[in-house]
Amino acid sequence: MAVPLSYSIRNLRTRRLTTALTAGGMALVVFVFATVLMLEAGLRATLVQTGTYDNVVVTRRAAGTEVQSSVERVQAMIVEAQPEVALAPDGVPFASRETVVLITLPKRSSGDPSNVVIRGVGRHGLQLRSQVRLVEGRLFRPGASEIIAGRAIAERFVGAGIGERLRFGMRDWAVVGIFDAEGTGFDSEVWGDADQLMQAFRRNAYSSVVLKLSDPAAFDAYKRRVEADPRLTVEAKREAQFYADQSQVLADFIRILGITLSVIFSIGAVIGAMVTMYSAVANRTREIGTLRALGFRRASILAAFLAESVALALAGGAAGLVAASLMQFVTVSTTNWQSFSELAFRFTLTPGIVMQSLLFSALMGLAGGFLPALRASRLNIVDALREA
Amino acid sequence: MYTLKLVLRNALRHKLRTTLTALGIVVAIVAFGLLQTIVDAWYAGAAGASATRLVTRNAISLVFPLPLSYQAKIRSVPGVTGVSHANWFGGVYVSEKNFFPQFAVEAESYFRLYPEYRVPQDQFREFLRDRRGAIVGRKTAQTFGFRIGDVVPLKGTIYPGDWQFVVRGIYTGADSRTDESQFFFHWTYLNEYVRERLPRRADTVGVYVVQVASAEDVPRVAEAIDALFRNSLAETRTESEQAFQLSFVSMTEAILILIRVVSFVVIAIILAVMANTMAMTARERASEYATFKALGFRPSFLAGLIFGESLAIAVTAGALGIALTFPVSRRFAQAMGTLFPVFEVSGSTVALQLACACAVGAAAAVLPAWRAARVPVAEGLRNIG
Repeated sequence: MAVPLSYSIRNLRTRRLTTALTAGGMALVVFVFATVLMLEAGLRATLVQTGTYDNVVVTRRAAGTEVQSSVERVQAMIVEAQPEVALAPDGVPFASRETVVLITLPKRSSGDPSNVVIRGVGRHGLQLRSQVRLVEGRLFRPGASEIIAGRAIAERFVGAGIGERLRFGMRDWAVVGIFDAEGTGFDSEVWGDADQLMQAFRRNAYSSVVLKLSDPAAFDAYKRRVEADPRLTVEAKREAQFYADQSQVLADFIRILGITLSVIFSIGAVIGAMVTMYSAVANRTREIGTLRALGFRRASILAAFLAESVALALAGGAAGLVAASLMQFVTVSTTNWQSFSELAFRFTLTPGIVMQSLLFSALMGLAGGFLPALRASRLNIVDALREA
Repeated sequence: MYTLKLVLRNALRHKLRTTLTALGIVVAIVAFGLLQTIVDAWYAGAAGASATRLVTRNAISLVFPLPLSYQAKIRSVPGVTGVSHANWFGGVYVSEKNFFPQFAVEAESYFRLYPEYRVPQDQFREFLRDRRGAIVGRKTAQTFGFRIGDVVPLKGTIYPGDWQFVVRGIYTGADSRTDESQFFFHWTYLNEYVRERLPRRADTVGVYVVQVASAEDVPRVAEAIDALFRNSLAETRTESEQAFQLSFVSMTEAILILIRVVSFVVIAIILAVMANTMAMTARERASEYATFKALGFRPSFLAGLIFGESLAIAVTAGALGIALTFPVSRRFAQAMGTLFPVFEVSGSTVALQLACACAVGAAAAVLPAWRAARVPVAEGLRNIG
């Protein structure tokens, strides 16, 4: 025969201040736990969705990032002229030769300089990324000193808004349009005409070639061929993988930091739960004796007190999650260490994080409640009934 | 005297509860100290910067190089006493996890500008003699077990290829704030290779480091250098070494803010635990407080008792936490390897830790003290725990 659950819940309601303080401590731990996981999920989502699965990015071998890569014009032509590459409606290979450089721009908020990716795209650059849409103004004209800025950059950096001008490479560039890339990494970039940018930066090689495969399954064959070609010193990656790799270090750092902090902080919250539950047991010694005298078993008493502690923790966990869900409206913008450039991403709450957070708080409740509940179940009946 | 005895006796009345609460405070104070130290470590580069050094880089961004020919022009600017240059190499040692910064530098002038990197005379001579020679910071050498004469293979990312350097010297920092994680080799060796394979990128440098005679000259000289190259193919941006280092910090500001906020969350958590403990204590002793009042003690005396007990627990635990911060952060720095070149607990961190412990102790006692002072005598005497 189990002690009714309502007994445990009612006990929490009688000492409101204590319950609120203990649950509050737990809520803060779960808040930290959930927000850090949300940050990591947001970063991964931004970079994983940046790449399209059937696109391929070709960069110089061992370059790692587009900024450090260079692909000579001749090599770019060979890379595009492979049989696996899809053809665009106008009959040329469906590919974009791109030149990617970093420029330093001051932030609107603080004036602090940060590195922004400026990407020169080829003829099919926009069609290759279906998630990029112009939302304001117009596209840059090929051959003109015109650029379009991603939404996150237009909002954050001086001179990147529509109608404003940026100066680099001894020219003024007019921002003629703003594009939206559905929160992917391209939102943190500025785009222009590849040939114009190459002239401005006095370069004679592209940074990378992005191309579409006619059959996504043909990737392995394509990769083998271009990487084995003696005329080329390139490596090919699926675009989705390319961007996922770029977020690895930062995402791992955030995860490790978050888990470590959550574990340390949970010690505090578990201790809080222990203090509360020990005193609950001490205050209710007579009740426990009465319950035992009525015939409730030790295991039932143990379960009742554990239930009380877990309910306390889950209440805290739920409160922490509600607070964390408000963080979804916040955008974080920081430098991605691997690409050395600015990247904006959001806190993203996933069902998995909700489950993990609730599980984590239940575990804290169990850890904090176990010893006090054990003590309650082991009380001697006669002594307990004699308690004042 | 009696009051103090009463306070301490009270604090130890519930040994288990007091121990648990104190333990929680110790953990929180250590965590807080560690997080503050991480934030400090982020700023270490800027803190260790000299006030009389400037860094000149390409105005577009750090990724763009500057011509070698600028060196002579910069030297001719009045107020400049020395110029050297460095290229970020960005090589990978075995795997990407083993990160340490590598620079190709103009050897003689660079180490003259950075007297805080101390290299034994004989080792430095050997380094100058060997075109593939390298000088490694003590911390990096320790982490990867580099000894004098070892060959260090690096895989180039910016300068593609498999590179081999010979460790000819190990430098130590002048004080604890000096970055001992760097790896220097000859720019001339890098340039030979670049001239052969990437001729368009030959004779270029990443940044110029400029020494000026006095800190007052810094703004004027920076202005003069940038004016020299205005409207040229490679415009420059010159700023003090500290500003240059801080620009890296501001890039990852969002993460720093996060760490800062979180370090105060742990204090909030422990405040909730401590406040709960004090609330329970006061609730249990309501009848005692009423007895005190009936005997003629003032409400302020009762408040003092509760505050004293709360502060005694918090400050004792806080002191223990501060003492533990030092070994814990040492272990943490070892586990992190070369990620944080400088990692030490600062005086301001300790002060903050102490302030937090006191604040938690005081804040936790506010509500119970107010209640005890206000409780009507008759009702308090009726109360049973």
